[in-house]
Amino acid sequence: MKRSGIGLITVLLFALMVIWAPAGMAASAEKNIILATTTSTQDSGLLDTLIPIFEKKTGYFVKTIAVGSGQAMAMGQKGEADVLLVHSPAAEKKFMDGGYGVNRRLVMHNDYIVVGPANDLAKVKGSKTTVEAFKKIAAAQAMFISRGDNSGTHSKEKDIWKAAGVAYEGQKWYQQTGLGMGQTVNVASEKRAYTLVDRGTYLALKKRVDLPILAEGDAILLNIYHVIEVNPAKRPKVNAKGAKVFADFMVSTETQNIIKTFGVDKFGSPLFFPDAGKKVEDLGK
Amino acid sequence: MDLIYEGIKQAIILLITLDPEVMRITLLSLKVSGTATIISLFIGISIGTLVALAQFPGKQFVVSLINTGMGLPPVVVGLFVTIFLWRSGPLGFLGMLYTPTAIIIAQSVIATPIVMGITLAAMQQLPKKMRLQVLALGATPLQSVWVLIREARLPLLAAVMAGFGGVISEIGASIMVGGNIKGYTRVLTTATVMEAGKGNFEVAIALSIILLALAYCINYILTHIQQRERRF
Repeated sequence: MKRSGIGLITVLLFALMVIWAPAGMAASAEKNIILATTTSTQDSGLLDTLIPIFEKKTGYFVKTIAVGSGQAMAMGQKGEADVLLVHSPAAEKKFMDGGYGVNRRLVMHNDYIVVGPANDLAKVKGSKTTVEAFKKIAAAQAMFISRGDNSGTHSKEKDIWKAAGVAYEGQKWYQQTGLGMGQTVNVASEKRAYTLVDRGTYLALKKRVDLPILAEGDAILLNIYHVIEVNPAKRPKVNAKGAKVFADFMVSTETQNIIKTFGVDKFGSPLFFPDAGKKVEDLGK
Repeated sequence: MDLIYEGIKQAIILLITLDPEVMRITLLSLKVSGTATIISLFIGISIGTLVALAQFPGKQFVVSLINTGMGLPPVVVGLFVTIFLWRSGPLGFLGMLYTPTAIIIAQSVIATPIVMGITLAAMQQLPKKMRLQVLALGATPLQSVWVLIREARLPLLAAVMAGFGGVISEIGASIMVGGNIKGYTRVLTTATVMEAGKGNFEVAIALSIILLALAYCINYILTHIQQRERRF
């Protein structure tokens, strides 16, 4: 009897070795690309559609790390990522000015929307501008849930508060989650609070959350995604070649066509609008 | 309540249809945490036994250190392993960040002190004179240690369960060093958080149920061995 216990453990050990054996995933280093991107591209499901196509076509293996745009750029700045897909234009500009990135190219856009509880205590619905809507939220001291993670959405939200001239920092009604977009929307829904969200994530979550759209369509709410290759001159360890192949793929006609129709079958309207080759100034017109 | 019901239903469907994505995630969780547990057993039992049997100045300090390590927060481990494995970090040349191997390393670091602490306690519970007796009967020092380990095998099985339970359920380290990459480093815990974030609560519940079932099966087997041994 004593022996059988040890015997069983040995069998388990062998079983483990056997299941490890066929794990032939380890691609050589130059075939790996680390893509640092925002949670919205993952939570909306867009990357789950695009990445397998890219991998099949090129033989590269993409390691997608979905974080906020702020952290994605921090990873790029350290050379821990090869290519970035981000939506925080002001921070991107700083990143480019610092010489950390090359070849910043416009990929797509969608827009942010202001969502909140159905009873809309702050009477945000019907506001002429987003800035006005934010002013009303602050005036009513209605709870607002912020990402609070230096993501693209968080930067946009701070810009709007600034334009509204509201001192939100440390206010009781202003709460930060520090989480991704999807989780933040869930928190806002549970707490019956207002929040700023990109349309892609919102549409993907819509069936679950009880947060109607209260403000949309303002020029300030434009949400623009760029692809940036990390500068190999500054960070020699990055996979510059792979980064370029991926960035080229994102702006290729084939990919742009997929982006154009992505989500239509599921949500009735596209989640993103392809913009490769366009100028930022012409968007939303 | 509907949601939980839907989740359970979804879990059963995912399991019966052998959904390839779920199977891959489950298998990876099992592989990574199983391997980490085995590594932690080798290191934990040998060092734990050594510390238990040896007499040296500062022993109390070392034992306290090991006991503290039993509660090592996975995120802290994740953070430090990440920093070490960065391309710009000291082990960056290995190119190991965001791989299953990185998760194994982090989880081994988490499980080792747990196994070590329990080993230490188990060894110290054995009668003090036992080792002398075994030596007197003509065993070599190495054989005597082997006899003691065999004698403490019941609490040592508890160490296996505690170590495995600790790593299969942790998320902080897995998500930081693994990156939750689809089809590569996505394990049950990181997938659950992501699906919940996406609003796919049924899938999240389904994954949690699979995680619980998995932990239960492993522990059932180990408990079975442990309890059967008791009745000899």
